Amino acid sequence: MRVPNSASNPALHHSVEPISLRRRVTDHVMTGVAVLTVVLVLAPLIAIFGYLVYKGFGSINWAFLTQTPKPVGETGGGMANAIVGSALMLGIASIIGVPLGIGAGIYLAEFGRNRLGDSIRFTADVLNGVPSIVIGIVAYAIVVLHQKHFSALAGGVALAIMMVPTICRTTEEMLLLVPQALREAAYGLGIPRWRTTLSVTLRTATSGVITGVMLAFARVAGETAPLLFTALGNQFWNLRTDQPTAALPLQIYTYALSPYDDWHRQAWAGALVLIVLIVSAVAAVRLAVRRGTFGAA
Amino acid sequence: MANPAIHRPDMPGPQPVEQTKVTSGDASHRTAPLLQATSGELPDRVFKYAMVACGLAVLGILVLIIYQLVARSSLSWHSFGFKFFVRSDWDPVNELFGALPFIYGTLVSSLLALIIAVPLAIGVAVFTTEMCPPVLRGPLSFFVELLAAIPSVIYGLWAIFVLVPLLSGYVQPFLAKTLGWTGLFEGPPYGIGMLAAGIILAIMIVPIISSIAREVLTVVPQHQREAALALGATRWEMIRVAVLRNARAGIAGGVILGLGRALGETMAVTMVIGNRPEIAKSLFAPGYTMASVLANEFSEATGDVYLSALIEIGLALFLVTIVVNALARLLVWSVTRGMPSGARA
Repeated sequence: MRVPNSASNPALHHSVEPISLRRRVTDHVMTGVAVLTVVLVLAPLIAIFGYLVYKGFGSINWAFLTQTPKPVGETGGGMANAIVGSALMLGIASIIGVPLGIGAGIYLAEFGRNRLGDSIRFTADVLNGVPSIVIGIVAYAIVVLHQKHFSALAGGVALAIMMVPTICRTTEEMLLLVPQALREAAYGLGIPRWRTTLSVTLRTATSGVITGVMLAFARVAGETAPLLFTALGNQFWNLRTDQPTAALPLQIYTYALSPYDDWHRQAWAGALVLIVLIVSAVAAVRLAVRRGTFGAA
Repeated sequence: MANPAIHRPDMPGPQPVEQTKVTSGDASHRTAPLLQATSGELPDRVFKYAMVACGLAVLGILVLIIYQLVARSSLSWHSFGFKFFVRSDWDPVNELFGALPFIYGTLVSSLLALIIAVPLAIGVAVFTTEMCPPVLRGPLSFFVELLAAIPSVIYGLWAIFVLVPLLSGYVQPFLAKTLGWTGLFEGPPYGIGMLAAGIILAIMIVPIISSIAREVLTVVPQHQREAALALGATRWEMIRVAVLRNARAGIAGGVILGLGRALGETMAVTMVIGNRPEIAKSLFAPGYTMASVLANEFSEATGDVYLSALIEIGLALFLVTIVVNALARLLVWSVTRGMPSGARA
């Protein structure tokens, strides 16, 4: 209540009319609201990480990392097979998805200034938004139905399909940042086009392209939905690509919904392993980008 | 797009190739690099076609998705026709399928998520671009991005063991007491149900909406802000008049992109929504979404009609998200066109 008095105080009078109390209060209130939204958004983040660390660290142990699941009802055991299964499927996905994505990115950046390029660009963006479970259906239809088996291959194919659009678009962006003069210099030396693209353009953009690959990798590493009816899951060791295979996110899902406390404990431990994997990938990427390893990006 | 004034090496046309040939023809014994240029002609073509093939593969993936979904859902389409989308019975035993409860669940949970997430996301974006000290800007956007990197299944895990008990113990009894008369908040407070799904979805889509909103807000020209301030606006008035109004199309794009993500989100929702194909007014009641019915029933679907009905749900989900995403992209593009594409959704 002191504010209006001082505002109407003749000593403070300027030729410009002072900002009214209502407007000043609104300004402060809205600032407060904005701060509140930040708090509300960060609260779940802190809560999630807090619980992951609190519950996860308590349950992680050597057995968890080296043993396969114990039969229902018995305590102990671990998720070693799921960790290896995830690695297997991510490997398959990378073998298929990374070259395809980078190739499509090169096409868009180097040859794609036309109708076809525009439609591929748009398709990649649209594919990015397709629900992962729908990708799962497609992998089921093209791999599982032919193999007559749920398999690691089907899971890998589903994840590969999800990686391609992300890698493609980031590769394109990174290649476009490479100065045209570098390409021209290479042409001037008589270096063939393909050699220029691979050894000069792509080489210059390497760290940016790797960023894109890592982001895609981090994104699919935690995917569960497309694995539900492609890889299916497995309680035992499996390294064959034509057999049902365990995956870390699948195992977390199954254990979280189970009625056993010991499995809940392991679900938290699995979640911690998964998040450490993903966050370190993302943080590494961010650091690399911040360092400016890639020119004037 | 292509600037005709700049020489582009990817311009089609045989002339450069011919020139190289001629030069290398009479000077081949002297300059080795030019010789390489001629010998690079075939590899060049092979390389280009290989890259075109990769590009076409992206189109191919989309065509493959559409073809598989349409072909494998035709059985269900022929048996139920359009009624599939308006009937609410889901009876695998008698092979009677209607997708209405799933469509309802998907829409309601996504809308609920938007109602919660949009104000929060815009608030965060406004705070990071307009209010926060520059030192905090980097870490803040990093933390919000981190929220986007958490896998869906971990959200689900957290929701089951933390959010749901919180809802059933405190939030739901409170809502029932204060707002129970609306009919939206009645029934037993189990925690699991539509409300939990909406909240967890909201947490998941905030980063998408706020990162797009931030991107759009930064494109608003600085002189707009300065003009508003010079006219005597307070900071909030400046934000409202100069910033938010200029950015609304792009923000709308971000919101729609968030909607697209919410519609297709599977794991976290499946874990907390209760998975019962019923249409209930109360947000405390369990529901079911299109994505969760696929997650729960697909691998166990026996019988061709059952599987086909599930794939038809997948097709419907796919079409809706395609339309929603395309719309969002167009809106965002219309605003951010011309700016360096550093920020990714």
